[in-house]
Amino acid sequence: MALSSDKGLPGLSGAYRLRWKRRRFLFRIWRKRHEITSIVDRTSDIRRDSILLFSTVRNEALRLPFFLAYYRKLGVTHFFFVDNESSDGTAEFLRQQPDVSLWHSAHSYRLSRFGMDWLGWLLWQFGHGHWCLTVDADELLVYPDCEARDLRNLTSWLDTKQRSSFGAVMVDLYPKGPLGGSSYRAGDDPTETLSWFDQGNYRSSIHAYYGNTWIQGGVRERVFFSDQPERSPTLNKTPLVRWNRRYTYVSSTHQMLPRHLHDSFDLEGKTKASGALLHTKFLPIIAEKSAEELERKQHFQNTTLYQDYHRRLASGITLWHKDAAYYDGPQKLVECGLMSKGDWV
Amino acid sequence: MTLGVIMLVHTAFDRAEQMVRRWAEGGCPVVIHVDRNVEPATHDHFVHAISDLPDVRFASRSRCEWGTWGLVEATQSAATLMLDEFPSVSHVYLASGACMPLRPVSELEAYLARHPDTDFIESATTADVPWTVGGLDRERFTLRFPFAWKKNRKLFDLAVRLQQLVGYRRALPEGLVPHMGSQWWCLTRQTLEAILQDPKRPAYDRYFKSVWIPDESYYQSLVRMHARRVESKSLTLAKFDHQGKPHIFFDDHLELLQRSGCFVARKIWRDAELLFQTFPQPSAPDQIDAEPNTGAVDRLFSQAVERRTYGRPGLFMQSRFPSSDRQAVLTASPYAVLQGFDDIFPDFQRWLARRTGAEVHGHLFARDRVHFADGVELYRGGLSDHPRLRDYNPKMFLTNLIWNAREKHHCFQFGPADSQGICWTLAKDTNASIWVVTGAWSVPLFLSGRSASEVRAEAARLQRIENKFLKVLRSPQVRARVRIMSLAEFVEAPMDVLQTIIDEIAGHKGRAISEAPRMADIEGLAAFLQDLKNQGMHPFLTGDITALTVQTRRRQSRRKPYIVAGK
Repeated sequence: MALSSDKGLPGLSGAYRLRWKRRRFLFRIWRKRHEITSIVDRTSDIRRDSILLFSTVRNEALRLPFFLAYYRKLGVTHFFFVDNESSDGTAEFLRQQPDVSLWHSAHSYRLSRFGMDWLGWLLWQFGHGHWCLTVDADELLVYPDCEARDLRNLTSWLDTKQRSSFGAVMVDLYPKGPLGGSSYRAGDDPTETLSWFDQGNYRSSIHAYYGNTWIQGGVRERVFFSDQPERSPTLNKTPLVRWNRRYTYVSSTHQMLPRHLHDSFDLEGKTKASGALLHTKFLPIIAEKSAEELERKQHFQNTTLYQDYHRRLASGITLWHKDAAYYDGPQKLVECGLMSKGDWV
Repeated sequence: MTLGVIMLVHTAFDRAEQMVRRWAEGGCPVVIHVDRNVEPATHDHFVHAISDLPDVRFASRSRCEWGTWGLVEATQSAATLMLDEFPSVSHVYLASGACMPLRPVSELEAYLARHPDTDFIESATTADVPWTVGGLDRERFTLRFPFAWKKNRKLFDLAVRLQQLVGYRRALPEGLVPHMGSQWWCLTRQTLEAILQDPKRPAYDRYFKSVWIPDESYYQSLVRMHARRVESKSLTLAKFDHQGKPHIFFDDHLELLQRSGCFVARKIWRDAELLFQTFPQPSAPDQIDAEPNTGAVDRLFSQAVERRTYGRPGLFMQSRFPSSDRQAVLTASPYAVLQGFDDIFPDFQRWLARRTGAEVHGHLFARDRVHFADGVELYRGGLSDHPRLRDYNPKMFLTNLIWNAREKHHCFQFGPADSQGICWTLAKDTNASIWVVTGAWSVPLFLSGRSASEVRAEAARLQRIENKFLKVLRSPQVRARVRIMSLAEFVEAPMDVLQTIIDEIAGHKGRAISEAPRMADIEGLAAFLQDLKNQGMHPFLTGDITALTVQTRRRQSRRKPYIVAGK
């Protein structure tokens, strides 16, 4: 289905501009291809119907055991990791996994568009024709009925609907007490430690240029960005795509080109199936990580706003409130209206 | 009696082989048609794989594109082969490689034996049933379709448009009444022979060759001429989405399929290992004679279609973003917007909450902060009371608020001193009922005790803003229920208005008002307004307030026993 002009199609010339923009991104990805070097290459194990996962990691030894187990169970058959100078044994851990191919980069995370240039090159080489999931180590994909149906179900269903992408909104999970007050050990299910989320304070609008639903809100906005809502984090993502060499992510996985990959909604009020990314950012190590971020200055906007944000995170504030919703499975997110079943029965 | 199965196969040959074996184990002869588009190697491999089965034949291969004659041709040749090769076959079942028998063949045969001489084929006249997706129902029989819809969509549409334009209509063969229905049928030998050996068959074939999607109409129409008894239903359970594409059954549909009591279901996901292991499953002894009962399946899937087509009203999220120009309902439940009432009745909010049990907010759009009901800082779902956050996208703020507590009836106060970004959203929402007492902003100004010259500028500003809002409310695009009255009108008969509001909010639970809210003391308001006029600022929105109006109200309040100041 083509995007209608209501979604802000910038006309013929705009479409032409977007096409060139996409090519520039692809060129940039190609130009930066030497920034990553292969450590372990197991890509010969990939079969034609493999579902692939791509991620850039830095010091994620704590999250990765559960992350790998979770996505393996969900049907991912091969993992691509780019390790950005971890010092906590992440690389060693990943190297031992039988279904992981590992790359390393010592270059700047920020200058590589937060890893998207590196992953873009891997997607270009290995993703073509496959269903590819691009997520961070602190993101767990859920969708309606995902406990009973794995990604192979979902992707073959998307194929029959002739959809080549699947959208998901980020849902920040937080603990009941102050941040850092609970315990988490590697391999635990993070939703046991972080079981709460904000259910009804998300704002959608349509991005005038890329035509995606632009979602902001949630707990981070409520607590940290009330004064500057325009700065609050973007929560819409398109993590799951049947990849084509011509595709490219623009800004993290929030936006991509060509624009039709955002076409997960329509203006008549019809509802397609959609998912969510459970965001486990607020695990107890957040204090440590925030301190590191302050030091490293590699994240989105290095403004005083973000410094204040990291300072408050490091100090262990409480995000919980009495109307917070308890996460007890994907069905809960469907009831809240954060994701929808559409005609996925 | 023996049941023969025609199986159309074009993909997933491993599963198809499994299905052939299932049917063969049940004692059914099987005639297989493999699409000619399939690679010879794949085809040969498949043929070889089932070469151990004695009662399997392969029909001559046609090219089967979706919606074209090839599919009918395939069934014709397969059916002819079936009837010739297996004289014992009394019924023929048309299935595909993705059709899975849910109950044993013996139960199906017993079912057919209980319905002698009956053809099971869904067959409805196009005139009566608006089934089709894409709008071509009657026309698929009266136009010609030289281009494949899947491959040459534009040419297909153009050809249709042209024929419609010149008013082209094909003549139907004599005696033929077009019928349509599911392409999966089960016909008796007698009917099938009559169709295939009809002397007029060449004429029918010629006609159907250029009908669109003939596999859904060829047998469905011809059966009406030859059958002794048509049971217009398909024995194959198949569900379709809003685009007419088949739904897929997954492993977790196991229980649903078991309860349906259907004989055959499609489409089964090719990796649904559990389903393939479980079925066919013999029925419980008391259920062997059970009729298929698709109620639960139908409900589940029609809910899905509805969800897909309409979504949940009032919800804006990643995969539902209706444009306000195309949707009359923007919010999840009805709510009331009250402008001016809390200026006239200082304790209005508490009073209204007590009387109606509704969720009564203060000024949600006040400039200092969001005044939620009960003065909370965080409302349900984590809505913040921060005004910047609200004003950044007021429409989303309102739809979120109502979605989060959609089981309640919301009311909120509004006024010209509030931020006005929400006006058009309110006016365009059928769920809103908006009550405005114009000029009520003059009451707090009067009560402030400041002189007319001091408040003159403020009064002019408020009047200008309110007038703008009134213009919005009177525009032709308004979908909300709007009631506008001036302060003078309202003061003359406040109880009637309040009673109407309460009836509307509380519905049948609303009772006659036994206790009126306390009205602000407006004695002297007339003089104050006159002062404003004398300053050159005419408060035209208040209506004509004279000392007399105010007095009338006071007299009334004394006379009517139920108007008593708050307990």
